[in-house]
Amino acid sequence: MEFYTISLLNGISYGLLLFMLSSGLTLIFSMMGVLNFAHASFYMLGAYFAYSVTELVGFWPALLLAPLLVGVLGAGFEKFFLRRVHKFGHVPELLITFGLSYILLELVQLVWGRGSVDYRVPEALEGPLFVLYGTQFPMYRGFMMLVALMMLLAIWLLLKRTRIGLVIQAALTHPEMAQALGHNVPRVFMLVFGGGAALAGLAGVIGGNAFITEPGMAATVGSVIFVVVVVGGMGSLAGAFLASLLIGVLQTFAVAIDASLMSAVQVIGLTVTPDTFGYALWKLKLSQVAPILPYLFLVLILIFRPKGLLGTREG
Amino acid sequence: MNQMFYEFKPLNIGRFLIWSFFALLLLAAPLLFTSSLDQTMLSQMGIAIIVCLSYNMLLGQGGMLSFGHAVYSGMGAFLAIHTLNLVSNGALPLPVSLVPLAGGLGSMVVAVVLGWVTTKKSGTPFAMITLGVGELVWAMSLMFPEFFGGEGGISGNRVTGSRPFGITYGPQIQLYYLIAVYTFVCTALMFAFTRTPLGRMLNAVRDNPERVEFIGYDTQKVRYIAFIIAAFFAGISGGLAALNFEIVTSEVVSGYRSGAYLLFTFLGGATFFFGPIIGAVLMVLAFVLLSEFTKAWLLYLGLIFLFMVMFAPGGVASLIMMNLRVAAFGYLRKLWVSYLGLALTGLTVLLGAAVMIELVYHLQLNVALGPEMPFLWTSLHADSVNSWFGALFVMLTGLGLFEVCRRQYVREWGEIQEHIEKEIKRRETL
Repeated sequence: MEFYTISLLNGISYGLLLFMLSSGLTLIFSMMGVLNFAHASFYMLGAYFAYSVTELVGFWPALLLAPLLVGVLGAGFEKFFLRRVHKFGHVPELLITFGLSYILLELVQLVWGRGSVDYRVPEALEGPLFVLYGTQFPMYRGFMMLVALMMLLAIWLLLKRTRIGLVIQAALTHPEMAQALGHNVPRVFMLVFGGGAALAGLAGVIGGNAFITEPGMAATVGSVIFVVVVVGGMGSLAGAFLASLLIGVLQTFAVAIDASLMSAVQVIGLTVTPDTFGYALWKLKLSQVAPILPYLFLVLILIFRPKGLLGTREG
Repeated sequence: MNQMFYEFKPLNIGRFLIWSFFALLLLAAPLLFTSSLDQTMLSQMGIAIIVCLSYNMLLGQGGMLSFGHAVYSGMGAFLAIHTLNLVSNGALPLPVSLVPLAGGLGSMVVAVVLGWVTTKKSGTPFAMITLGVGELVWAMSLMFPEFFGGEGGISGNRVTGSRPFGITYGPQIQLYYLIAVYTFVCTALMFAFTRTPLGRMLNAVRDNPERVEFIGYDTQKVRYIAFIIAAFFAGISGGLAALNFEIVTSEVVSGYRSGAYLLFTFLGGATFFFGPIIGAVLMVLAFVLLSEFTKAWLLYLGLIFLFMVMFAPGGVASLIMMNLRVAAFGYLRKLWVSYLGLALTGLTVLLGAAVMIELVYHLQLNVALGPEMPFLWTSLHADSVNSWFGALFVMLTGLGLFEVCRRQYVREWGEIQEHIEKEIKRRETL
């Protein structure tokens, strides 16, 4: 029981972090049709900025400043680079973000070195939040969940309850019409891109010290958030939320379970020896398979429900 | 007058000349570049040409942006090295020269399985799915050390099996000629593919899938078949790489490798058939020479890529073709002064920027070696303000002059294009 509760909580907090990343990606994608390859790089940039700002003025200002910085960078990239290739079509748009991810990775290594940096959880948030069945649940995990939920609420309010949200929603589906009505759609695009980057940066600020801040951190979450976006349904924010939680929980549970197919069939009385056909497959532990589970999930979804969990359009 | 019938042309002189030239180039290259480094690089270029061309079958012709092409070249390499080891053990009587074909057929089978899922979608979702499948295979490669060899990889020995005419493939030059033959044949086959009805349908699927569906074709099937064929050629290139290096590590299926294929195919030019060949040559030059030359090569690569996407989305090939058009109308001599100016000022900018980038890298990575940094034929002092200001000054001056030249060039280019358009109209009315 204890194992399930703690794993579930850990899974949810990881899933919420994934959602912070994938929500920006989904918004940018559904609005501009651009698959932002550098999204995970913005996440990494957020963590590194937070590390430097924390050194200077402390964690709490960093929580605000680092995402803002990343957001400004994102908006600038949209305005000066992405917008120029818009006329060439979607593939060059994707490629330019791909090129950006290379450059950002190299620049981060240049400024902060090739190893990991010592970006720590602030002292006020160290220690356990509560003790459950004798196991401690870290306070910082709780803080991560709180920030993610508040962000979710803020996005929802922004999109549904404000005027700018209305324009964004209009530009999402009918950009020409919104422009014809006198709204500055390119500026809305820039805001959305910057906003998405800022969300990724925020995820970096709170994820960088919970996990590890190193140049490889972009690559580790990068492909997972793409999986989240496809599994949830392209362009569906609610789908991204569901898929993030599912994949977060799935991965957390799988890492912790030390069972294999071999032990499963032994329960019903079959024995598997190294001579059995496909022994390599039988002996694999679930914890070893954990890294590929999101991708397997992606393939299964594509076979059985190609439009994603909550997606509305196919193709 | 429009031709309403198909005219059989017995001999296309231009094409014949180009292909002969290509064959001669492959034949003569190791005679011109004789050092062992050159020969390894030439072999790698041949391998890269096949894989980039096969990638362009997806990207350029089918509009399928794949982020997981290394899966197929890598699986080809693994299957080829296992085949080679079977040959070495005497379990399989296959000449070594056919081992790459085994890799190709093997990765074709992989593509039959994985491609079915991958090609279900097109456009951006396709790109994401290839990324996911690529990660899947990459993660699996560490999970099954029995097949992928774990950290150390799987090694083999290409000097084995039957020896027709005393060819053992021991010396690099013999292997180079095997690679050259494969390169020529594969290039010819892939070019022939673009002329088949299937190749044409693939272009149609890229340009207007809806219309293709209305005519009655299954776009997914077209993409699927093209995907399998591309995987076949990628597998051949992987097999050749396995023979060349005699070791295959799980790095060959990594997303990093797939990214490199995409980057250089695009740099070479995805819109022309010969673009990826240029890209492949650039890829080997960058990986072997540039990475030796400077530590910042990935940064340069990223920046070049960014500017190419922004200003020349057709790659190097499109730049060549545009200038060929200008030359064909006899306007190129008007432009050479501008080109000279652009090149000189561009080099100045590059020099200034490179000095600054190298200084930063030096400070970050080589602090232990002291502030002296060798650069080209001089030595710079990383701590002194002089070198920084000097570099900044050179770069800004270059940038200003470059902008002047660029404006002049853009104006001339525009005028020439207008002249050419007029000339074309005039010829049409004749």
